[in-house]
Amino acid sequence: MRRVNRNERVRIALTLNGRRLSAEAEPRMLLSDFLRHGLGATGTHVGCEHGVCGSCTVLIDGVAQRSCLTLAVQAEGREVRTVESLAAPDGTLNPLQQAFRANHALQCGFCTPGILMSFTDYLARNPKPTIEQIRDVLSGHLCRCTGYAGIVAAIEEVAKR
Amino acid sequence: MKPRPFDYVRPDTVEEVLELLAEYGDDARVLAGGQSLLPMLNLRLLEPSLLIDISRLAALDTIHDRGDAIEIGAAVTQNKLMSWAPLQQKLPLVALALNHVGHFQTRNKGTVCGSIAHADPSAELPLVLALLGGEVVLQSRRGTFTLAAADFHQDMLTTARKADELVAAVRFPVVSRQGVAFQEVARRHGDFAIIAVAAVMQDAGQARVGVGGMAGRPLLREIKVERAAEAIGAWADELEGHEDLHASGALRRAIFKRLGPPVIAAASTAKVGGTA
Amino acid sequence: MGEQLGKPVLRKEDLALLSGRGRYADDLPVPVGTLHAHVLRSPHAHAEIVHIDTAKAAGHEGVWAVITGEDVRRLSDPFMAVIKTPVTQYSLAVERVRYVGEPVALVVAESRYIAEDAAELIDIDYAPLDAVLDPVAACDGAAPLLHPQAKTNEISVRDFRYGDPDGAFARADHRIAMTVPFPRLSFTPIECYVVVAQHNAAEGSYDVLANFQGPFSMHPVMARALRVSGPKLRLRIPPDSGGSFGIKLSVFPYVVLIALAAKITGRPVKWVEDRIEHLVAASSGPNRVTRIEAAVGNDGRVLGLRLDQLEDYGAFLRAPMPGPLYRMHGAVTGAYDIRDIAVRNRVVLTNKMPASLIRGFGGPQLYLALERLMHRIAVELKLDPLDVIKRNLIPAQKFPYRTAAGALYDSGDYARAVEIAIGQGRLDDLKRRRAAARAAGRSYGIGFAVVVEPAMSNMGYLSTVMTASAREKAGPKNGAVSMATVNIDPLGAVTVTADVTVQGQSHETVLAQIVAEELGLTPDDIEVVLEMDTAKDQWSIAAGTYSSRFASGTAVAAHKAAVQMREKLKAIGARQLNVLPEDVELAQGKIRSRSNPDNALPFGRVAGTSNWAPTLLPEGMAPALSETGVWTPPELEPPSSDDRINTSLTYGFIFDMCGVEIDPVSYQVRVDRYVSMHDAGRVMNPVVAAGQIRGAFAQGVAAALYEEFSYNDEGAFLSGTFADYLVPTVSEIPDVEILHYESPSPLTPLGAKGLAEGNCMSTPACIANAIADALGVDEVILPATPRRIHALMEKAKQ
Repeated sequence: MRRVNRNERVRIALTLNGRRLSAEAEPRMLLSDFLRHGLGATGTHVGCEHGVCGSCTVLIDGVAQRSCLTLAVQAEGREVRTVESLAAPDGTLNPLQQAFRANHALQCGFCTPGILMSFTDYLARNPKPTIEQIRDVLSGHLCRCTGYAGIVAAIEEVAKR
Repeated sequence: MKPRPFDYVRPDTVEEVLELLAEYGDDARVLAGGQSLLPMLNLRLLEPSLLIDISRLAALDTIHDRGDAIEIGAAVTQNKLMSWAPLQQKLPLVALALNHVGHFQTRNKGTVCGSIAHADPSAELPLVLALLGGEVVLQSRRGTFTLAAADFHQDMLTTARKADELVAAVRFPVVSRQGVAFQEVARRHGDFAIIAVAAVMQDAGQARVGVGGMAGRPLLREIKVERAAEAIGAWADELEGHEDLHASGALRRAIFKRLGPPVIAAASTAKVGGTA
Repeated sequence: MGEQLGKPVLRKEDLALLSGRGRYADDLPVPVGTLHAHVLRSPHAHAEIVHIDTAKAAGHEGVWAVITGEDVRRLSDPFMAVIKTPVTQYSLAVERVRYVGEPVALVVAESRYIAEDAAELIDIDYAPLDAVLDPVAACDGAAPLLHPQAKTNEISVRDFRYGDPDGAFARADHRIAMTVPFPRLSFTPIECYVVVAQHNAAEGSYDVLANFQGPFSMHPVMARALRVSGPKLRLRIPPDSGGSFGIKLSVFPYVVLIALAAKITGRPVKWVEDRIEHLVAASSGPNRVTRIEAAVGNDGRVLGLRLDQLEDYGAFLRAPMPGPLYRMHGAVTGAYDIRDIAVRNRVVLTNKMPASLIRGFGGPQLYLALERLMHRIAVELKLDPLDVIKRNLIPAQKFPYRTAAGALYDSGDYARAVEIAIGQGRLDDLKRRRAAARAAGRSYGIGFAVVVEPAMSNMGYLSTVMTASAREKAGPKNGAVSMATVNIDPLGAVTVTADVTVQGQSHETVLAQIVAEELGLTPDDIEVVLEMDTAKDQWSIAAGTYSSRFASGTAVAAHKAAVQMREKLKAIGARQLNVLPEDVELAQGKIRSRSNPDNALPFGRVAGTSNWAPTLLPEGMAPALSETGVWTPPELEPPSSDDRINTSLTYGFIFDMCGVEIDPVSYQVRVDRYVSMHDAGRVMNPVVAAGQIRGAFAQGVAAALYEEFSYNDEGAFLSGTFADYLVPTVSEIPDVEILHYESPSPLTPLGAKGLAEGNCMSTPACIANAIADALGVDEVILPATPRRIHALMEKAKQ
């Protein structure tokens, strides 16, 4: 039984984008804060901290979820993937990222990492989604810049490949 | 928006969970998917002294076919149930309702039991559980009890769960030979419903109908299919209708009147196995 | 348009942003020992602060300071305001709170978590006062006063008359009037405010990083509040920002507050606004109540117009308010040729969060009133709404057109743009759809809206709020300076800096296109660095990204800088190529002879001359390759003595039409088809342009149907989470068919106009008109929620 008392800072180890990493956290620390400020993975963004906007979406053991609604200690020992893992080591964008660029699917880019992570999970389960399915999954994210059209087009493009 | 301090514990067995619940009672909160609990913690609306994380307990992460009912353990996520192969055949109404529960991303984490334990009056799963006459399995050191869903869900965010009890599972009766239908109106896709209506056919042109969003908990009634519009109209007029920022009581009544009859009609003409 | 300009060049910004390597304010490293702040906010809409007990909070482990209004009053001065009134505002409430969410105390601690814990230990004794929320009620003499020393809540009233409005109303066959309210909303960027402040006690200076958006006319406001000269407030803006839409101007009170916290604690202090704070108190567009009346001939021709615009700025009038009330002043007659008008502008304060910049900035409020009135005229006179619009449009031959209130519309052919839109946008199809829906018993309506979209504000427009004699005393205010600099390094690499702040508008890409075009390079060859540092970058009060100033302003400055650089390189190259400068061209990465392209040198070789071999430069030429383009158009004159003002430099045109249906079950308004025709002059990058239009359209739909900051009568805030404040998801945003017609601006060398705000102005009005048509009602309150639509339909039944 793992127990961590309040105000007790313990070392939390997890796998982030293939690397075994750890940092200290108290039990109440949100995974979003832990990733950004504990492990320095600032690509994951915080937009609402109540689970609506979707900016902080990451993969835990391959499953897309809100890192603001997850405690860091809950991710202990898990495999976490964030947007920093998507491009090749030399910086080459993966097909989903490339499609976002080609379809002007981002402007300020703040909500984008969460959307990329959601669809990294979803397209792995359903590589050929319908446009309705794309919109259904995308509705778990808020974007204020684009009006969403470019995002839908980008994902459709990937789905058609 | 950072939570107040709390102790965190991740028990290895259900027995340990029950021990902790017995010890802490209302000072403890069970953390399963956290999709309702974490926002409340972040907003400092709650001050539990202990969070009991059950999300890794394999014993609770099971979907068990009991023949007449499907028992879903407390750690089973909504998306896990959605992708459970026999769902469409055994629980077609649940399959329909799950499409409306939050979003893909929240269903990945949010649990079926958590939604029922949270007891939001507009939530889809409590409505379906009540309509199907399902049960909630409560475990404590004192033993295991089952409660009918209608007795469990008492009012808005209020249930009959005692402080030392764990909502260990819920049981949805298998309904595979009756037509079912589910529809809802929400402001945005994935929001809690303003009005949700579900129907399951009984014998002799009779539908059992449930409505969420009208009151503090799901309301149920048997309605004759051929007199659906009239019966729903009369029913709606008896109700005040929940009033909030997004809908007046009058709007909720009006939506219920318009949404109810087509749902009943859809249930009555549904292929067995269910359709919207 | 050119090799680079006008092309759908892919964005330079995207590689970093798609890889999680953006550099947003909260991503940047902070100094060792940085503390974290949390703001405690008022739970009351209006109350006296009787006593604040901070002892317990200050004694909490990990807490460095608990700062209250009294500290702030001691250490800083009130913010300067545009209108001189006895209203004072500090960065924390002093003596009284005036809206729910108003900052009351600041806790500075080791971590944000601890700061929030300690804030719960602050004990405040409030004596609640009556609140006033409704702008009309707030003008009543009996209303509770927000600022008793001002003796009124209605702190500014100005009357304007152009032509002979009384004569027009006396002559006209009809007078048609309506009252149109516009709601409160924000466009809630997904990134909230961030401030990191340091204080250098030895120098008495501050170094602040904030995701501020400009205008930098606020820099003197912040410096004055901190009691320092401008150079002692170094303000740095990060390279990336998670959206703004006008909202991030209002980070400025927090810049001052966190700077004071750094001074008090002697440590760097960081504050990251959370979403709950953002919704309750960051910023909002002002709500407005417009009484609008037209003098109309039997044919639907509008002869005269009267407007009474009552704008509600919340609890304080923050600089640069009342901007939205005056930004559109010259264009108050929209796209119509109306000469005889009377305008009354009133500013009122109520117990709501202070209002400020927001995309559209006064346009949505104006056009909702004006376009609803045009629709109403058609209904009253039993004319086709489109005919009423067409009959009143400014004729093409009148351009450039000076409006009654003084705007100089630079170019356009409105009638032609409308005709094209009706054809290509298939108005006949919309009408068929309406007929079919109605035949089936459904509620379907068609709406139109025409909008003139101003860009690049005249910095003098706000002085219209003063009388002519007061303006004379204060000295003239006008113009709008834009600046951009092109630098070339020793090996010929080109860097561009400019006086804009990044918010997602693709400025890096477009600036690279503009400079590449002139230097014969490709956008990939150009580095664009847009993070901003007031200590080292060139800026003016007009700097920043707001009021669509990029296309008509900074883009022009960049073009000028690039042209200057090109000419310099030609002169250098001529000497090395042994040809005359007139014979030199920059193309394909080379500097070469136009008449003999084989006589060429690589760009970098020539460009490097000033570093490696300055004696080879033409005689008299300064060696450094750094050119700054400065652009201040002469058309932006100060207000005339009779209050005429050319409020902006360029004026685009939009014609929208749409069909909407009321969902018979949910009472939700659903947009069936939407067509938007834009004349934004020359389009510099069509992909970026479409992105801006789609983004503004989505926000227009949000304003029309979803988003509203709601308060109850006591002033409690009801839209405090993203579950209650309804930002539309992809499922709620309909498609928009975008059409273009180009009338290049003759006033800028690139011919481009602004286009990023237009649909925030046109779409609410167009949808409102369609709803009015669908339901056959006059009164459509936005956002047209199911709750309101249901109430309207019930009322219509009675």
